[in-house]
Order: sequence, then C-alpha cells, then structure tokens
Amino acid sequence: MTATDVAARRPSRFAILWVDGFLWAIRVFALVFIVWGVLGSIILSGQTGGLSGDAWRDLTISGLAQGSMYGLIALGYSMVYGVLGFINFAHGEVFMSGALVAYFAADALFEAGVWESSPVFAIAFTLLVSAVTSMIVAILIERVAYRKLRNAPRLIPLITSIGMSFFLQYAIRGLFGSGFQTYPQVPESLRGEAIWGFQKVQLIVIVVAAVSMAILYTFVERTKTGRAMRAVAEDKEIAGLMGINVDRIIVTTFAVGGFMAGVAGMLWGLLFRQVYFLTGFLPGIKAFTAAVLGGIGNMAGAMLGGVSLGLFESLGPQVVLGGLRWGLALPILAAVVAAGIGVIAVVKRPMATNTYWRTAFGGAALALAAILIIPAWRDIELSISIPALSQLKDVVAFTALVLVLVFRPTGLLGERLAVEERA
Amino acid sequence: MRFRNLLALLFALAMVAAACGDSSTTTTTSGGTEAPTTEAPATEAPATEAPATEAPTEFPPAAMGELGGVLIGAGESVQIRTLQSISGGTEFLGVDQNRGTELAVEDYGDVLGHSVDLGVFEDDLCGPEGGAAGAQAIVAQDGVLGVVGTTCSGAAAAAAPIISQAGMVLVSGSNTSPSLTSDLQGNANENWQPGYYRTAHNDLFQGAAAAEYAFSVLGFTNAGAIHDGDPYTQGLAQSFADAFTALGGTVSVFTAVNKGDTDMTPVLTEVAAGEPEVIYFPIFPPEGNFIAQQIGGVAGLDDVQLFSADGMFVAGEGGFMTLPESEGMYFSGPNLVFENSGFTGVNYADLKARYEADYGEAPLAAFHAHTYDATMILLSSIEAVAVEGPNGELWVDRDDLRAHMNGLSGFSGVTGSLTCDAFGDCGSQAIAIFFHEDATAADPIAAATVVANLTKDGGFSETGN
Repeated sequence: MTATDVAARRPSRFAILWVDGFLWAIRVFALVFIVWGVLGSIILSGQTGGLSGDAWRDLTISGLAQGSMYGLIALGYSMVYGVLGFINFAHGEVFMSGALVAYFAADALFEAGVWESSPVFAIAFTLLVSAVTSMIVAILIERVAYRKLRNAPRLIPLITSIGMSFFLQYAIRGLFGSGFQTYPQVPESLRGEAIWGFQKVQLIVIVVAAVSMAILYTFVERTKTGRAMRAVAEDKEIAGLMGINVDRIIVTTFAVGGFMAGVAGMLWGLLFRQVYFLTGFLPGIKAFTAAVLGGIGNMAGAMLGGVSLGLFESLGPQVVLGGLRWGLALPILAAVVAAGIGVIAVVKRPMATNTYWRTAFGGAALALAAILIIPAWRDIELSISIPALSQLKDVVAFTALVLVLVFRPTGLLGERLAVEERA
Repeated sequence: MRFRNLLALLFALAMVAAACGDSSTTTTTSGGTEAPTTEAPATEAPATEAPATEAPTEFPPAAMGELGGVLIGAGESVQIRTLQSISGGTEFLGVDQNRGTELAVEDYGDVLGHSVDLGVFEDDLCGPEGGAAGAQAIVAQDGVLGVVGTTCSGAAAAAAPIISQAGMVLVSGSNTSPSLTSDLQGNANENWQPGYYRTAHNDLFQGAAAAEYAFSVLGFTNAGAIHDGDPYTQGLAQSFADAFTALGGTVSVFTAVNKGDTDMTPVLTEVAAGEPEVIYFPIFPPEGNFIAQQIGGVAGLDDVQLFSADGMFVAGEGGFMTLPESEGMYFSGPNLVFENSGFTGVNYADLKARYEADYGEAPLAAFHAHTYDATMILLSSIEAVAVEGPNGELWVDRDDLRAHMNGLSGFSGVTGSLTCDAFGDCGSQAIAIFFHEDATAADPIAAATVVANLTKDGGFSETGN
C-alpha cells in the first residue's frame, strides 16, 4: 500500500524539482555572468583595452539620450494598452511620420536662415510640427481603423494595427520617397559639449523628454481629463455610466500618445539626423519592449523601461560582455555560484522541499570543496573574449528583458490592468 | 508532464544549435545535390550534338576532353547567356552589365563566321536562390558555352557549382567576394569552382590597398576596422586587418555594427578603447553616416582618421559625400578612370559614348566596363579554341576553353590588362585611394582626388595630390 503510493508520487515530485532546478540554474548562470562581467569591467577600466572613465560616461549619456526617446514612444504603447487592452503596433509609424514631416519644417527653416539665427524658436517650432503631425496621424488611425473594432475580439485590432503600420510606412514612402531625409546639423550655437561630457544636443533630447514626461504625468494625475482616462482604463462601462464620454477619452489617449511619439520623432531627427519611411520600425519594437520592461499599462513604468532599455543597449555589451575578458579564478566562480544558490534559496524558500535543498547545497558544497582541494583547479582562470561586441547590442538588450521578466514577470514597476483583464 | 516540456525545450535548443552549426555548409550541400541533374547535360552534350549533322571522319576531333564539347552547325549561332541582377534594388547594376555585354557582342562581331546569340537574359535576383534557378535554366539549354554573370557574389556562389558541373564557364564583371576565387596565396577559397572567372577586382586587393596606404603612406601603425555583418563588408574589413597586420601594424579593434543601428556611441566607445589612429569602415549608408556624424561626441577619437570604401560613395541630396563630416576622409575603391584601348581597339571614352547613344542615358553603374571585358575574353577564347569543320561547322571543346581562359595573359581590356590566375581572378585589380575634401562640390564623388593607385603586381604608385 505505502509502496505503491511512493511509486506513484515520485515521478511528479522529481518533475517539479527538475524544472525548478533548470529555472534556477538559468538564474544562477545569469547572476554569475552579470556579476563577473560588471566586476570585470570595473577592474579592467583604465587598463589597456578596458573602458576609460570617459568611455563609461559617454556610454551612459548616449544610453540616457536613446532611452529617453524610447520612453516617450513607450508611453503611447502603454497608454493605449491600458485603455483598450491591445498593442497598437502602428505606433512606431506614428513616431516616424512626425519625424519625417518635421524634416521639411526643419529644412525650410534652415533654408530661410532661421535655423541658425534663432535656434530656440526653430527647434521649438519643428518640435511642434512633429508632435502635431504624429498626433493627427494617431487620431486618424483610431478613427479609421480601431473605433469600429472596439468590441471585437482583441486579436482583431492587433492584426489591424500591424496592417496599419505597413499602410503608413508605404503611404509615407509614396508621399516622400524611399530615400533618407537628412535633418540640418544642429544650429552652430548648440554644437559641441555642454557640461560633464554631455553634448548639447544630447542634453536637449534628455531635457525635452523629461519635461514632456513630467507634463504628461501631471496631466494624467492632476487634471479632470486625466482622471477620466484613468477611469476608462479601469472600467469602460462604469466610466461611461458615470458620465464620461468614453470615445472622447479614447481619442484623447491616442492624441496624447501620438503627441509624445512626435516629440520623440523630432528629437530623433535632431540627434541622428537621417530619417526615412522605415525609421519607425526598430524604435517601435524597442519602445514596445521598454513598455513591457517597465510594466505595460503603467506610465511611470514606460518611462523607466525606456531609459533602462537605452542604458542596457548602450552599456550592456561593453560592461557585461566586455568584462568577461577579465580572468575569473575558478574558486571565486565556485564561491559566487554557491552564494547565488544561497541567495535564491533565501528569496524563494516557500517552494523548497527538503530533498531539493539537500541536493542543491550538497552539490554546491561538494563542488566548492573539490575546487579548493584539487590544486590544479585552483589556478584555472576563466576568460571569455567576445569579438564584435557592439553587434550584440540588441542581444544584450533583449536578454536583459527576458531576465527582468524572469525575476519580475510583471515588469519593473508592475502592470496596471483594467478590471476585466485582471479577472 | 513538466519534465517532458523540459526535454522538449532541450531538444529544441539542440536543434537550434545544430541548425547554427550547419549553416556554413548549406551552400556546398546544395551544390552537391544539384550535381547529378546538372552533370547529365554535360556528359551528354557531345553525344546529342554530334549526330545532328553527319560528321566527317576527323570532325569533331576524336580526342576530346572529359567535359565534352559543343558542335555549332553551319549557319548556327554561338550560344552564350547572361545571368545578372535585373530586378529589385540592384536592377540598375544588372541592366548596366547586360548593356556592357550587348555592346561587346556588337563590337566583337562574328566568331569565325558564326553570329553570337545571347538568348533570354536570366535574373540572379542578387542572391543564392536566383543564382541557382538561373543557372539551372541555362544548363538545361543545349549548346551553351559560357555565361556572363553574376552581378552579386551571393548569386555566384550558388550558380558557379551548377554551371561548372555542366562544363560551361561563368565570367563575372562585378563579383568581388574573395570566397569565389582564392586567398591570393595559392589556396582555393570555399566557393571556388573550375570554370569560374571574373574581371572585377578581388576584395582582398582592395583591403590590402587600403592597409598599404594607411600604413606605408599615412604612417599609421594602430588601426580599427568596423564591418556590418554582411559577407562583403566583413571580407573587406578582414582583408584590411590581415594586410595591415602583415605589414607590421596593429589592429586594435575589429568589430561590427548591425544594419539598422542608429546609436553608434557604443561601437565607437569600443573602438576608442583600442586608441586607433585610423578606422577603416567599408560599410554602407546609413550606418556609415552615423559613424562619421557621431564620432565627434566620443572621447578619445578626436584625431582619428576615417577611412571608408566605395560603398559610401553616395552623392545627391543628403548623400554621405555631401555631409561636412565626410570631408577629410580617405576611401578605397576600384579605379574607374579607364584609359585603356581594348582588344577591339575600342577605348573607354568611345564605349561610354556608344552606351549613351544606344541607351539614351549615362551609364547606370561602373561595372558595365568590366562586363564588356568579361564578354570579350569569353568570345575571344571561344574563337581561339574553336576548330572549323569542312562544311562551316565549329567544334568547341569545353576543356580547351577553360584551359585557354586559365592561361589568358596580358589581354587588353577597356579596364586594363587582364591576366587570369589559376582560380579565375582575371581583373586588372586597379584599386585607387581617394581623398575627399570638398563636400560642397556639385559632384562630390568626381571631386574626390585619386591619391594613389594599386595595381595587380602589388605596385603602388602615388599620383600626388
């Protein structure tokens, strides 16, 4: 009787252990590599081939500039998801149309000499053109493509948005051609370095992005319309019963998201200068990633996610992968692995079964002991040299996304979902 | 249940790993599997052709090579074909090259009294699929002696095995990938096939020319190289790095960007860590533009010399050559200033004038000249090895044709003197180093000064500034 019970239970228990063990092994590996890489970069910095102090600073600043643009775009993804519960994949193209149309404004101002004579006005005007264009495009998309689908199953607007994205790309291509449009160089007075290694143009990007985000945040948190938006995100039906014009609020959401994407579009043009009809694709995907990273539906999360993704992209390859060149002694590695298992054990204790812990700790202790006792192993240094680091930028960024989601499945700041999604 | 999922995951990972490991061998495998079907026409060619007319006793010659030959009856045409990229984004290259071939056929005239038939233009689609399909379509036709093509190196890698198996020759006017011929040290590269020839330069020459100029003339000893993962740019950057190291310099950073990247600060920071004096980045717009534009914002790269290749030769509104940041840069590229009088007495200026008169527009690209020469060496080699029969027939032995082309030496083409090595590199390898100093010129590409020429024998001449 007891014998059959044990026999019946054993496979299932082992199955759980193996999968858990596998996931934990991934976590331990990730931790080891990150700690090894970051530690390595810090130790190697200043040495030949290592990162100099200036390099750390440049990478951080460029990551911040890139990330704040991702953050601005991510807001649109996140807000629309919060209110309607689907991903508007055409949002990258909303961003691109602003950037492209604003090019013509920038070029005209440049030709007229205004670009150089009153740079602040020129940039502000171009910014407005870009933001308003994107806003109009976003409103049009909502009116034409999504409104009729309000009550359709969620896959329908999703696939519509992908179609819309292609439509916008090729409509823009038809209108303005497939070549690159090159923004004029930033005005003379705004070139060069400002302070602490910030290029003036990077500073403009970061400051404009931060101010826009602050304004948006205040708008959503403090105004009546903002409160209505949050109410609609929470529950459309009840919000409607409370006298909120749901359609109008949804349009407002698209408009605000489009406006932010337009701001990002102009900043993109200012910083990278080359825009064309496919410019929106990659930043769109990255910004969506940023929104998920920060916690979809969560505005502060979108901003934080964007900046984090920019920093991961910029610093990740150099700091984590580049640092692996630093020779890591095997005993240290073993100690880090053991410590990693220990840390995770403390954090994840409730799931543990005694057998598992005995195996894990026993294994780790044995490995550590073996490495410390066998003299030949004590001197082994591990070092990984990866060629063409920068090409792995996206790999690092998306691996970081996966890892963040492994440790925090709802993103950095957690998701904010409406009642019907939570149910 | 979950245990099984884990196994499935591991299996999937193993499959992915296996797929990655295999990818390098894919091209050879596909070439190998084509072999049986393509071999058939080759061995049958003499058998099917020969009985067509009643052959006199010694004609066609009894001693024929193992590839067989082609009997061209009296009044029949010499069959050659073209396989170029004539659709999509690279259409302008293939169309330009087909015009080069048409002009060459026109200039060459008849081969021992037989006219030349180009048949239907095949499309290489600038990739392996198109190269293989086009080659299959050509080898299925009777009596074709040779093919002028391909436009793209990727297409040639797939087309060459098929055409080679069929006993034909493939002569390209624009493939530059080193993989199609040799490493220039006497070793065949992975995609080399017997019967493959080209009149375009081998990228190894271009990389070496850039390295030689940077090291010997500009006096730099520490270089960085950046490619974009494309086989063309990677090969070019690699040949630069190898040559620079062989000369005694140090290549402190060899790295890559992704196509589609906009923020170049990470890669430039990586490069800056090696403190190079010169950066060679033979890539394309827009990534090349971003590198030149963003380099000013990266610490430690203020005095670095930028050096690129002909891929960045883009003029017109917003083109790289019109950017102020591109001023002061060096470029390597084929020297397109042809002053040679060719085999038929035509020199390049006449050829260009005829091109413009016949097609009503300026040449679309540069490689029509190389393709003109490719067609010329093919036709003249056919004529050289052809045996005339008693009734006006022609017998062309395929082995003799290859042997003749392999031995081609000092052939006077419009692109220079053509001499084939054992692996089919026939080009004059005229590589020039350009210095760009005026981004505001009406035609900034033409305004770039040729500061040095490198020729095939390794000779290096400074043209002065």
